[in-house]
Amino acid sequence: MKLLVLVDHDRGVLDELTLQAMTAARSIGSIEAVVMGAYPALAPILAEYGAETVHVVTHDLLSDYGSEAWADALVQAMLILGAQAIAPGTDRGNEVMAHVGALLNSPVVANCNEITAGDGDWSIVRTRWGGSLLEETTLTADRKLLTITPHAVVAEPAPAAGTVQMLEVELNEAVARTIVADRVTADGGITLQTAPVVVAGGRGVGNPENFAALDELAGLIGGAVGCSRVVTNNGWRSHAEQVGQTGTRVAPDLYIACGISGAIQHWVGMMGSKRVLAINTDREAPMVTKADYAVIGDVNEIVPAVIAAIKAR
Amino acid sequence: MKVLVLVKRVPAPGAKINITADEQAVDTKNLGFAMSPHEECGVELAVQLVEAHGGTSTVMTLGAQEAEEQLRYAVSLGVDNAILVPTDVDDWDPMATAKALASAITEAEAGEPFDLIIFGNESADSGGYQVGIRAAHALDRPIVSGIKAIEIDGEMVKARRQTVAGLEEYRLTMPAIVAVKEGITLPRYPTMKGRLNARKAEVVASAQPHTPGGQKRVRLVPAPEQASNTVVLGEGPEAAARIVDLLVELGVLS
Repeated sequence: MKLLVLVDHDRGVLDELTLQAMTAARSIGSIEAVVMGAYPALAPILAEYGAETVHVVTHDLLSDYGSEAWADALVQAMLILGAQAIAPGTDRGNEVMAHVGALLNSPVVANCNEITAGDGDWSIVRTRWGGSLLEETTLTADRKLLTITPHAVVAEPAPAAGTVQMLEVELNEAVARTIVADRVTADGGITLQTAPVVVAGGRGVGNPENFAALDELAGLIGGAVGCSRVVTNNGWRSHAEQVGQTGTRVAPDLYIACGISGAIQHWVGMMGSKRVLAINTDREAPMVTKADYAVIGDVNEIVPAVIAAIKAR
Repeated sequence: MKVLVLVKRVPAPGAKINITADEQAVDTKNLGFAMSPHEECGVELAVQLVEAHGGTSTVMTLGAQEAEEQLRYAVSLGVDNAILVPTDVDDWDPMATAKALASAITEAEAGEPFDLIIFGNESADSGGYQVGIRAAHALDRPIVSGIKAIEIDGEMVKARRQTVAGLEEYRLTMPAIVAVKEGITLPRYPTMKGRLNARKAEVVASAQPHTPGGQKRVRLVPAPEQASNTVVLGEGPEAAARIVDLLVELGVLS
């Protein structure tokens, strides 16, 4: 059985969740990677994470991302190579695989955590409810299409040959309608998704004014400010700062959760963080019990004290 | 313009989820219900578009009879028409759902397409990320998902998606479909007049055949709790020094 892993990249810049998907896919067999567009420079990292072959799929309409172009090209690669396909559960991965499912009239199982593959049906454990429930499901289809839950597995290297194979496909001009038409680039400052540290506030911060201390702390330690859903629903902060199932997913080196109880919908948005520090009055709050470190108390007393201590150094 | 928004009835987000004894469903005895958060913003978007450009808005759901509650809620926020695609079995898979919705949409259009159809990016409960895209293929219309902002420019929809690097813009010619994310709008609350409209509103039933795809649920299980090894650094503002030490230890402060 041949397994293709769709590489999520933006004009050659890899989305690292691809490496997690490759790691998960290796649990059922040897893997080959598919890169849409002439970006062979991605091959070495894909080889390091287990790609026996890196198929570089070329066509004029693949130089930038387009869901229909990528899906049509992936379907052709699957049929030419006689393969099943797995993608990371990113915006693009989920979007492309849904199109592939529609084109092949085949089911797509999104956000898979564990896969038991056989000759016939596959048994899969997938995420529901943003992570609070797991669903055991049986997949019956000639062409298996899966996406992998972000941060369900840790990416582990497993060096393989990574031989580059160019693959030309034919695309109908009509797929151009869903290719990126324009971009607005962020102003180069620290963004929530890329910040090494996120200082996030929840209900316990109490009011919008108290977020000033979180802004100041984030500024002092080179971080970005995030928040929970209740904060944006109350209009205290903009939705762009919301971390969670329906907001942004972050995976910083350190996540400082200030007055956030840690409902599963929030947790799934930051569970990829390397370290979590919870500041909360409630010792039993899920965020405190799941965190690596905790300080018990009122965030509105503790954060200003931390700021003062940093300034005094 | 004619706008259609699709919603799904789900247990209210944040509620503690228990599983029924047969492990096939969420125990809904003690739960409140809502539409998925992305869709709540989609309903607001539909209302705002009709306020700005004129026309009519319609809300559609596939679900049990109880899902009328979510349709009426959408009407209370200003949506004009409501359509229920009734189901008797719980939890249709994404292929079955998309097929039935596409067919109900074609019926509702009666030859006059909705200019814009709005789906939520993914449902809060099953999270399959595909019903809108499959329906778009069935209806032969362009779709982009993960949309956080849109602008109508003549026959064109400019739809923007947030990425690590900033925003990507897609340009679709209507009739078109978008799958939106929470944050595209801030949903309003129903007015008294809205609530009265909702009570009186006619919900049109549009029954469709059930054609299951190849994904079959075996059972649901609660996610395992993560083992807790929390190191408590201290209590109150006195712990500030310990936090600073930790920031240094982790390399956040030099």
